Amino acid sequence: MTKEQARELMRSVLRPIAPEADIDSVAEGETLQEALDLDSIDFLQFVAGLAESTRTEIPERDYASLSTVEGCIDYLSTPR
Amino acid sequence: MPSLGADMDAGTITKWLVRPGDQVHRGDIVAVVQTDKSDIEVEIFEDGIVRDLAVPEGVRVSVGTVLAHVASATDAAARVAPVVAAAPVTPAVAITPVIAVASVAPSVATNEHRVESPLVRRLAQRRGVDLAAVTGTGAAGIVTRADVEAAAPSSSRATVATRRSSSPYARRLAQQLGVDLDDVIGSGPAGSILERDVRGATPGPVASAPSATTATPEERQRSMQRAIGALMARSKREVPHYYLDTAIDLSAASRWLERTNLERSVADRLVMAALLFCATARAVARVPEMNGFFVDGEFSPSIAVNLGVAISQRGGGLIAPAIHDAESLSPEEMMARVTDLVRRARSGVLRSSELSDSTITVTNLGDLGVDRVFGVIYPPQVALVGFGRVHERPWASQGLLGVRPCVVATLSGDHRVSDGMRGARFLGEIERLLREPERL
Repeated sequence: MTKEQARELMRSVLRPIAPEADIDSVAEGETLQEALDLDSIDFLQFVAGLAESTRTEIPERDYASLSTVEGCIDYLSTPR
Repeated sequence: MPSLGADMDAGTITKWLVRPGDQVHRGDIVAVVQTDKSDIEVEIFEDGIVRDLAVPEGVRVSVGTVLAHVASATDAAARVAPVVAAAPVTPAVAITPVIAVASVAPSVATNEHRVESPLVRRLAQRRGVDLAAVTGTGAAGIVTRADVEAAAPSSSRATVATRRSSSPYARRLAQQLGVDLDDVIGSGPAGSILERDVRGATPGPVASAPSATTATPEERQRSMQRAIGALMARSKREVPHYYLDTAIDLSAASRWLERTNLERSVADRLVMAALLFCATARAVARVPEMNGFFVDGEFSPSIAVNLGVAISQRGGGLIAPAIHDAESLSPEEMMARVTDLVRRARSGVLRSSELSDSTITVTNLGDLGVDRVFGVIYPPQVALVGFGRVHERPWASQGLLGVRPCVVATLSGDHRVSDGMRGARFLGEIERLLREPERL
């Protein structure tokens, strides 16, 4: 997955969870939870959405790397 | 128009799901109502046949306005029944105004949800009234003295005023506005009808209020903030709050959660909030002074724990729909219910019973990074539990200093009903339950 595809995937997964959330507005290093007002249930749904679209299992210990935009893009665009 | 939460004063029927002539059953969803907060599915609380719809779609009306008339099932059956000897000239069809007051919703679920004060129970006994057959008009469906009086057989009622009292001004106003006082639910002492009740029952659109369907999101937002503000001001004015907090070691709960989630795919994993809510619901079942309603100077404990969960809405605002019978849910069930509730609170539709019968509220602001919450009690409830963020702290235990995941639980309690001793017992119970998560 390219970085642009990863960004687009994040957008489409977030849309039903937080319709007004704009990942382009999230500053570097800022967590998605804080920047987009996601609570733990929203975040879990976000991770579940990513796992489902990429058909991968995302273990809980990887949650931390998914909590920023750039972390998420790296995670999704790195083959594993 | 039901009051779907004490902070609502008007709503718009966006869709009728029944038509005149339709058969309806207790618990059926009959309409969708838009409030400042959300779209809500309104349930009916009796069996019968819809006679007419009094408020068209798209019109904003005050709480208490008659929305429809329903002929009750038994009368309807009598009417269609084949030849009844000496049928009365006028068919005695009892028309019940469907005003699903905040009240009504709890009786929709099961009778166990209903809490009557001892005073009301005594009165019912004296007057020979079956409480299960009475529709409560008090806050959250509680049967009030006026309801019992109204339901009393006529012989005993004769000694009481057959019609609820109303002030001369209210009567004059009713005449001017074309309101039938029989259709009005009084909010004054003993159900007496006040000026505001009459104004509330005025048929047709509320003159100055903008129709919710045309209101911009900003207007809705402002109006919702005003409504919340008014309710919280009332709480701060009337409820003598006391506050307690306790730090809880979540090592055991965190380990349990980690172990449980390891075996699950992402969609089936649990979050800590599910455990915190489970522990709160079970603990409150053991400390009844925290669970119920304070109405008319009297506390009525509730047997069922209907846990109101504060959910922030996108774009601001707050809503606290109930998870019914929360004390009986496993962490998995709790997680499923909370997830469903969050999803519906933000994008979909909530049910009227979910919005009006929470018996205690829990708020979990931990995700936003605060350490502890000092909440304002949501009247007529008498307690609110808050959880801050779960994070690692130095923790001294058995002479050793370690680092453990902790959360601060707070309790806002109502001093008219409970005190610090009972509050401490309640928080202690939550802590004890969270130390043994496998038993939740």
